[in-house]
Formats: sequence, structure tokens, C-alpha cells
Amino acid sequence: MTALVFRIGVGTCGLSAGAAEVRRALEETLAAEGAAKSGSTVKGVGCLGLCFAEPLVEVGGVLYGRVKPEDARLIAKAALEGEAVAAKALAKRDKCVLKGAEKVPPLSSQPFWALQFRDAFENCGVVDPKSIDDCIAAGGYEGLRKALKLKPAEVVAQVKAVGLRGRGGAGFPTAIKWELCAKAPAGEKFAICNADEGDPGAFMNRANLEGDPHKVLEGLIIAGYACGAGKGFVYVRAEKPLAAQSVKTAVEQAQAKGFLGKNILGSGFDFDVEVRLGAGAFVCGEETALIASIEGKRGMPRARPPYPAEHGLWGKPTNINNVETLAHVPNIFRRGAEWFAARGTAKSKGTKVFCMTGKISNTGAFEVPIGITLRDMVFKIGGGIPDGRKFKAAQSGGPSGGCLPESCLDLQMDYESLSEAGAIMGSGGLVILDDSTCMVDVARYFLTFTQSESCGLCTPCREGTVRMLDVINRIADGKGKASDVEELQRMGRIIRDTSLCGLGQTAPNPVLSTIRYFRAEYGEHVKGKKCPAGVCRMGAKK
Amino acid sequence: MPEKPKLASKAAAISRKHAAERGALIPVLQELQEEEGYLKPESLAEVSEQLKIPLSSIYGVATFYAQFRLEQPGKNIIQICSGTACHVKGSKKVLEEFEKELGIKAGETTQDKKFTLLSVRCFGACALGPIIKVNDDIYSSVAAGQAKGIIAKYGDKK
Amino acid sequence: MNVTLSIDGKKVTVPEGTTVLEAAQQAGIFVPTLCHYEGLPPQSECRLCIVEIKGGRGLPASCTLPAKEGMEVATCSERVLEARKFLLQLLLCAHPADCKTCEKHGRCELQKLLSDYGVRDYENPMRARKQLVDKSSKAIERDLVKCVLCGRCVRMCRDVQTVGVYSFACRGLDSAVTTAFDKPIAETPCVSCGQCTIVCPTGALSEKESIDDVWTALQSGKHVVCQVAPSVRVSIGEMFGLPPGTIVTGQLVAALHRLGFAKVFDTDFGADLTIMEEGKELLEKLKEGKPLLSTSCCPAWINFVERFYPELIPQLSTTKSPQQMFGAIAKTYYAQKAGVKPEDMAVISIMPCTAKKMEAARPEMNASGAGRDVDFVLTTREAARMMMQAGIHLPSMQPEGFDEPLGEASGAGVIFGTTGGVTEAALRTASEVYAGKKLDKIEFKQVRGFDTLREATVEINGRKVKVAAVHTLGAARRILDEMKEGKAPYDFVEVMACRGGCVGGGGQPIPSREKRIEAIKARQRAIYAVDASLPVRKSHENPAIKKLYKEFLGEPGSEKSKKLLHTKLSPSKGYGV
Repeated sequence: MTALVFRIGVGTCGLSAGAAEVRRALEETLAAEGAAKSGSTVKGVGCLGLCFAEPLVEVGGVLYGRVKPEDARLIAKAALEGEAVAAKALAKRDKCVLKGAEKVPPLSSQPFWALQFRDAFENCGVVDPKSIDDCIAAGGYEGLRKALKLKPAEVVAQVKAVGLRGRGGAGFPTAIKWELCAKAPAGEKFAICNADEGDPGAFMNRANLEGDPHKVLEGLIIAGYACGAGKGFVYVRAEKPLAAQSVKTAVEQAQAKGFLGKNILGSGFDFDVEVRLGAGAFVCGEETALIASIEGKRGMPRARPPYPAEHGLWGKPTNINNVETLAHVPNIFRRGAEWFAARGTAKSKGTKVFCMTGKISNTGAFEVPIGITLRDMVFKIGGGIPDGRKFKAAQSGGPSGGCLPESCLDLQMDYESLSEAGAIMGSGGLVILDDSTCMVDVARYFLTFTQSESCGLCTPCREGTVRMLDVINRIADGKGKASDVEELQRMGRIIRDTSLCGLGQTAPNPVLSTIRYFRAEYGEHVKGKKCPAGVCRMGAKK
Repeated sequence: MPEKPKLASKAAAISRKHAAERGALIPVLQELQEEEGYLKPESLAEVSEQLKIPLSSIYGVATFYAQFRLEQPGKNIIQICSGTACHVKGSKKVLEEFEKELGIKAGETTQDKKFTLLSVRCFGACALGPIIKVNDDIYSSVAAGQAKGIIAKYGDKK
Repeated sequence: MNVTLSIDGKKVTVPEGTTVLEAAQQAGIFVPTLCHYEGLPPQSECRLCIVEIKGGRGLPASCTLPAKEGMEVATCSERVLEARKFLLQLLLCAHPADCKTCEKHGRCELQKLLSDYGVRDYENPMRARKQLVDKSSKAIERDLVKCVLCGRCVRMCRDVQTVGVYSFACRGLDSAVTTAFDKPIAETPCVSCGQCTIVCPTGALSEKESIDDVWTALQSGKHVVCQVAPSVRVSIGEMFGLPPGTIVTGQLVAALHRLGFAKVFDTDFGADLTIMEEGKELLEKLKEGKPLLSTSCCPAWINFVERFYPELIPQLSTTKSPQQMFGAIAKTYYAQKAGVKPEDMAVISIMPCTAKKMEAARPEMNASGAGRDVDFVLTTREAARMMMQAGIHLPSMQPEGFDEPLGEASGAGVIFGTTGGVTEAALRTASEVYAGKKLDKIEFKQVRGFDTLREATVEINGRKVKVAAVHTLGAARRILDEMKEGKAPYDFVEVMACRGGCVGGGGQPIPSREKRIEAIKARQRAIYAVDASLPVRKSHENPAIKKLYKEFLGEPGSEKSKKLLHTKLSPSKGYGV
């Protein structure tokens, strides 16, 4: 009996679907069958990439989905005898060692898998995130080794050459950010990993940190080296405790192995990392608010300029990168520049993890080359709209983003195209809406969200968004006035122009974008006093 | 005036532990809330004394972040996710059902102090929404009809 | 390095690092602001100072935007005006509609902006701010519903004064600027300096009014006298439209006589008295080798030490403030001379200060045994309003002189009104009286000015005496911390809680936006001008003071002096426990 590794997804998604019990069932079965003798083990892993089918178990190259504890016993017993349980299998990898899997569809031929390319997520679902040795065996910290052999300026140059852009939302060229920080006068500097991920519908950072924290940590260390920082922080949202714990463990293990601390790998570079938890404020995803939070203050943003690269944490030059941005960095050094640049578009190289949720068959975190069309995302990867409904729109970029209607299905998902269409790439959250959704209600939902998360510091965001909400509520209640849509556009424009930070500046986006593409639907609410999707309770008492 | 000197000294101990760290206030408050269940005025006064931060600033921080509670919560804390993906999958109905079963609105605690109900965003398990969390247990694909059963599961716990 | 930019078509050259707002001011363009305040770190949150930059995105706030070479700025383009008006409408919607009953009516910055921009109405209903009225303090009153969340009071109290009574609390629409747990001010570490009432643009923060109490006293048939602080005579004119620093002593005395005060006396007399007593104290402390923390005349500073540095109380001067010394002498020495019973007297003081209201109410300030030594305190602002109520136009009054016997003061007494003044006054007396030889120059310019810390080394009796004068409590805190660590070898430290000293006090007229710091500096210059114009410039040469000691007190530090003119201080808890 060859040693088998039973991988089970125990990230937040898996656990919420009951993976803990499934894992127990696997372990009990293995123990009962004396499997330890052959070296077979159960390995808890992160996101396998088929979130819609959690709990997931993979063994011998066969992937099982929606596994219940009883199924787990069956699957384990069969696998130990070298057999697959074809009836319960979802798909198989190209290399499959179990017999009886002939009829199981190969993963690589599935459209939702074939179009993906896992780079940031390459080890998620493969390695045990709690074992640094497992991660090292899979190539972990090789990128760091190579980067430390170069001078910091050369590290920056390499990242510049591949054109890596920030994956947190704005798409700002990462190398330029690093350069600005490196150029600041020598002295104390900081490198921060922004793992706040407040966008509802976005969980790629959470999945990354749960599934392969060492990759992100490695990226942060390289970033620190390039910027000349001596201390790093990972700022994790409090609502994602598993991810926070995962990073904390990774930091401890990295310290023990000498990847953090003094004279890392004999390079003379000193760097250490502290994990900080957020305390429940969406606005802390904004760089300057995040900095204020680490300083122990209210998470209120500050005016920029000066930018954090010149004047950041405690007044020192600070570089802040998103989790996913950092996750791409190790491979740029480990596998080389050409490898990274082989995917993506001319202006936006590499891959992006999109989280697709909502009215879609296959929900989950999907890593794709930038430039894929929305149509392929929704219908090939997403598997289309369930329950026989029709695609209405995709909200891209969460509460700061915009909607993409049917007419945008052939849009290439890259920074510039999305921006021109009135949406944003944002964190990569894509919420799919079908024809049972009311776009006025969607706009109202997002505005309510940003309004409740406004820090309250600046006038336009604090007072202006609630004025917009008053108008939208009025429209949704069937009391809209003829001038309301224009008024929403006017207010939205001013709030966007005058707000202090990105939260306020992008708060009007969902409203402006739904008005742009679904003007008629607004019209029906205002003039016709009815909601075509049947969602808004027009004239009904609250 | 601290009623129980023992409690106030917990705040002092936690503050002293972090005193040498920069920007330690939020980790101190997080640890304090873990210990005492919520942030008490006398404990915050102790933190102010130890960390040399004006009490008004600490109050400002405690009231800014959603995680911090200034009132004693119920024995069980139910958090219903109202993030976009969960919303689209019907989390509003789930929340309404919990509100009905418990007889309170989101943000409130039941009279018998057994449950606190909160509407939060977002746990990051969006693919499997609607998501709810009760204490440290997380549930996915929750339907409104499950509310009663879930409440019952925790209702008898001491 | 300088940069040149164009603002509304006008070229301006400024040093690198200057903000666009400051650059515009140089060009004579005062871009509307609300949360900005000269001397406080900018927060750029009201967003009224937005400007349009050619080739730029959005409308950035000029108060934090660094001026760059070649920038083209438009401060009132169509886009900017539309946005600014919208923002003002938003502020209007969150503000009480009735100005008529607000004490700031006519002087409110929000009101002026709304009026300038022609904001008349906004259809949506008002979203009220948090309602909280706090009259617990003897010096300051709060009415939170009028707050515009500018945060100036937070920055002033926390960053400049380092007391930290206020903070932003909650979030979003629930945001409020309040105390810890919304406690009444009287239960916080508030030292009553009143700087928050100076910076507040609306009626949310104001001084506790005593005007009605004073009218009652004046109409009661009692023998009512008043004392006037030095700062008042160089600033009250601003309430009547005169430029800051206009000296109106004579008209002020005349106006007060017209209001009905039986006698108008000079607090500077009390200041001379303070120097006599404190000079002796300084010499004693020098012998002990311990520093003397002076300016017991600043009640906010005294509160600050009692709250935050109780261990340094032994270093504080035990002398009362000029106001309180005056009150004690008025109800004993003067009462005897005038043949009036102290119970039939009322002593009113007119002060640039809000903390004086709290000081007069301290239970130990009752040396005469006939109730409070000082019955009521009016701020400069209140005194002017009383005159307006009585139809008195101060600038038009014919000058009159202070009354005897407590109306004569030296120049040293006058300079108490400015930071560095107490030090200079003390040095004039200490070096001459106690060194025994006459001074060739009596102006100690090293301790004058607007820097937060000014030092000087003077020789007294062959000994080098190191003195320091600071203003703002933040600067005081720095010095005290250094002293605790043994790093600040000063023999004499003068602290004034307010910026510029009493001329910048919490009860002073609120300068217009264009002149916030300049007004205080003008008043300082006027104080020194008054000093230079007086025939007697040293406290110990004041004939009225000499007479007081001869006839009544004996000598500085005598039993009677100790009883009437000295006090005891004790630690106090910040949060009312």
C-alpha cells in the first residue's frame, strides 16, 4: 500500500460547510484501518479552488465534493485499497493513481478549471499551511533566497520589468511604490501587508492567508528588502480569525527557521514582522486609516499628499501592499520575469484572483490571467446562472465598484477596461446578479453599506451619502420625484470629487453605474411607481 | 471608583504587558475585551493611567471600531453576515427570522441575557452564504427556517 | 527652496512645503475654511477649502495640499463653487435652524459662510446631531447640537494643551465630539483654560455667562467695585470694531463707571502685589536650591499641576493670583478705608480668562471672611456685551482714570498680560530689591516674544539665575517632564496656559480668521507699549503698594500677607473620583 495523502479543505469555507466532522471521519477511518503503517496521512489544506463544492477531499488525484462524514469513511476505505469511488467523485487530476476513475471527468478539461491559472494560489489546497517544511518543499522561500542575492534596487527593477500592479484595488505599479519608499531618506521604514479585506464578497486574501501564508510572508520580506524597511506588519481583519492565526503561526515558524530576524539567510538584512488585528472597520482597508489603526488611533484617513511612502506609520516612510500583490512576488524571483509576464494583457501582466459569488452556479475564488472576458468568467468558470434565470449584471469591485450589464459581457477584465466601463477591478470581488434582482435595490444596498462604514470625518461622505440614500429610499418606496435621478448624479459627482479618502470618493460608484446602465429601471420606479424585479416594496409600510 | 479592585488590575496587567510596544492601544483593548467580555469604564480608566493616553481618546477608539463592546453582551453572540453575497442569497430573511425568534432587533441583547444578535460584514466565506456565526461556530448556507433549531442548540448552555 | 504657482491667475512665490491655502493667503485670497485654524495641525475634513487644480483629479483640500512649482489653482471655479455650496447645504441640514436664540448669533463662522454663499434652504429634513447640554463647569458650557465636527477643540485640547478632554467618538453619522463617556466637563481633567471656546466656530462651546449676576449686583444697592486685568485694556476695543492692540484704558474705565461700578480699580495693582510676595519667595527658593514654579496667576496652569503633576506642588508659588489678592485686599483694606462692610460689597473682575470664574469660586478664596473675595468674573467678551446692552459705545467715551487707592500700578504689573511678563516683572524687582543695586536696563527682552519657550540667565546678588517662560500647557508639560528627569536646571519657570499669555486668553475677543495669531501679537506689542509709557515701571516703586504695606500688611511674607495673599494647593483627580 503506497503512502497516500488525504487533503481536506479546512479553510473558513470548508469549516462552515462542516469539514471539521469530515476530517474527524477520515482520521478515524485511517486509524481503524491501520493506515499509519504505510505512512498515509490526513492533511488539512486551504482553498482547493472549488469553494462551491465544500467540504472537499482529494486523494490519489481524485477530487471529491460535498463530502459528508459517511462519504468520507467510504472514500478513505476505498482509497486505501487503491480504488476511487467514482459515483462521489467530482473530477480527477491529470496524474491519478486510483483505479476505477475512468469515467471521472478530468479537472483540466473542465472549463471552470481550464481557464484558471494558479500562481498566487499555486500551493493553496496542496500544502499544509501549518507546516513550513511542507511549504519549503513546494518551493517556499526560494524566491527570497534569489532576491537577497540581488541589490534592493535590482529587486525593484525586476518587479518593474514584469509590470506587477497592486491587486488591492487601485492597480498602482508596485515597483514604483517600492521605489518611492526606498528613495525616502534612510532611517526607520516600514512594510505593511494589508490583509484588511473588508469588501463583502471578497475573500481571496483570507483564502490566501489560510492556504499558504508563507508565500505572502515571503513576498512581504522581499518587499521590505526592496524598500529598505526593517519592520513589517500584517494587518488582518478581526472578522477573519483563522487567517490571522494562520499568519501568526507562519511568522513564528519563519522566525524559527531564520527567514525573519537578524541577518536573514546571511544577507545582512534584518526584518521582523508583527501581526495586528483590525477591530471592525471597513475604512481601515484604506492605507492611511490602516496606519492610524496600527498607531492605536481611530481609523480616520489622512490627507494625501504626503503619501505613506514619504510620511506613513509614525511619520516614517511606509510601503503598503495587498496580500495578493505580495503573493505574486516570490514567483517573480523563483520562476523568473518571463514566466510571470507570460500571462495577462500588455498593461496588466499576470493573474488575478476573482471571487465570484451571488447568483452563479460555481461560487468561489478563481485565479485567472488578467484580460479574460466577463462572459468566460460567468459562463465558463462560473457555470452560468442557476435556476433557469438570466444574467442581469455583475457587480465588480464591491461597494466601491460598478455594475457590468449584459452589454459588457465581452469586456476584457483588466484595470483600464473596467474603469472605462464605470466599474473598477477593486479587490476582485464579482457578485453576479440575475433578473430577480432590482438594480435600484442593489444601489441602495451598497450605499447603506458605505454609509454605515463611513468614518464620519469629512462632510461629503458623512452627510452626503445619507442624502443620496434618502433619495434612493424615496425612489424605492415609490415616492421618487422626476428630478431625483439627476440629483443623484449631481450629488454623486460632488461627493466623488470632494471626499477625503477612497471610501467617500468611490461610495457613489454603484449608484452612478446602475444609473448609467439601468436608467430605464430607475425610470419605472420614479414615473411608473413600480419595481420591475418585484423587490422594492413600493408604498408599503416599512 | 472600581467596584472590584481585582478587575481593574487585570486592565493594568494587560496594559503593562504591552506598554513598551508602539501603538499598543488596540491590542490592549482586544485582549481586555477577551478577558472581561466587554470594555468597562473603570478598566479603560486603568488603561489610560498605564499607557498615558487621555481617557477621552481611548473612549474615541473604543466607540469607533465595531468589534468593541461597552456593554455586557449576552452569553451567546449570534452574528449574521449581511455582506453582498450573503445578501443576494437572502441573508435579510435569515436576520429577520432570528429577530422574530429572539424577540430583539440586531444590535440588541435578550432580556434573559442569553443572546446578543449582531448584523456584521463579512466573514469571507461568501461562496457558501448565507453565513452565520454563533460564538466560534460558523454555519454556511443557512436558511431562515433553521433559526429556531440553531437558537435551541445554544439556549440551554450555561 | 522656493516654488512659484499661480492662484486665480495671480503668480505667488512661496517656500517649498507651504500649503496652497497659505500661499493663497499670501496673495490676499482667503479660501473659505471651517476646520482649519492657524497653529493647529490641519485635518482637511470640512472640505470647504477645496480648489481645482489644472490637470488634476477631483477637488483637493488646499489646507493640506503642498504648493508645487507651476501649479495652476482655481479657488472659485464653477465646479468649486457648486461643490462648496453643496457642502454648506449638508452642514446646514445637520445644524439647528434657529440662530436667534444662539449666543454666537452674529459671530458664528458657519453663519457667515452660509450667508456668504447664499445658502437659504435645503429641502431634506434636518438630521439632528447628538443632543447634550453640559453646564457642569464653572467656566465652560457645551451645547453639542451646535457642533459642526470641525475637531478644532480636540486638536487644541489634546495636541496643544495636552489635557485631552475631548475626542471624536463613534463613527459615521453618529460621530460626535465629546468627553470620555459623555461625562460632564466638571468630571474630566478640564483645567478651564477656555481655549476651546476661542477656537469653536459656532455656539457649541462658550464661556459660562455671569452678565445677569453682575446686573443684579449693580442693581442691588451694594457697593460694587471692579478690577480690570491688563489684557483687557488692549483688546476690548476689538469688540467694537477697533484694530487688535488698540489701547483703550481710559475709555474702558469711563464705560465701566457708566455701567454703575462705584469704583473701577486696576488688577495690575494686584499684580504688583504678587511680585512683592513672589519676589521674596524666589529668593527663599534660591537659597534652598529648588526651582520656583511661578505664575500662580494662571488658574488653568495651577489646575494642570494639581491634576497631572501633584508631586511638583511644593515647587509652586504659594501666592494667590493678582485677581484674588486684589479681592482679599478690596474686602479688607479698602473696605476699612471706604467705611463699607465687606458683606455690603461686591467685587467683580473683568478678565481675559475663563478659568478665573472657576478660581473665584474655589472655597479657600475667602480671606475676607465675607463670602467670595471675588464675587463674579466677566470675560472681556461679556464686559463688552454688557456695555452694548447699556448702549455704551466704548470708543466714543471720554477717557477717565482708575480710582484710588487700588488703581495705581507700575509697568511691571501691566506686562502680566503677556507671556514672559511675569518673569520680567519679577526680575525687575528681585534683582533690584534683593541685590540691593539699581538696574541699568529694566527690559528683559530675552523673555519676550511668541516662541513657546524663552530662556534667560540673570545675575542676582552675584548668583546666576536661570529663568524660563513658556506658554501653552503642552510646552509646560515638556518642561515639567524634563524637570522630573533632572534635565532642566531652571530656577524660575513662568507658565501661561494660553497662547501668547493672557492676551490670548480663553475669555478674549475672538479674532477674525485673517488675524488669529497676528491679533495676539498686536495685543502683546500694545502691552509693552503701555509699560513703556508709565512713569513707574517696577512693582516695588509703586507708591500705592508702598502705602499698602506701610499701613496694612507690614512687609512681604508677614503673617497678614500670608493669611490674605497666600494659599494652599492640593492634588485633584481628573475623572471625578
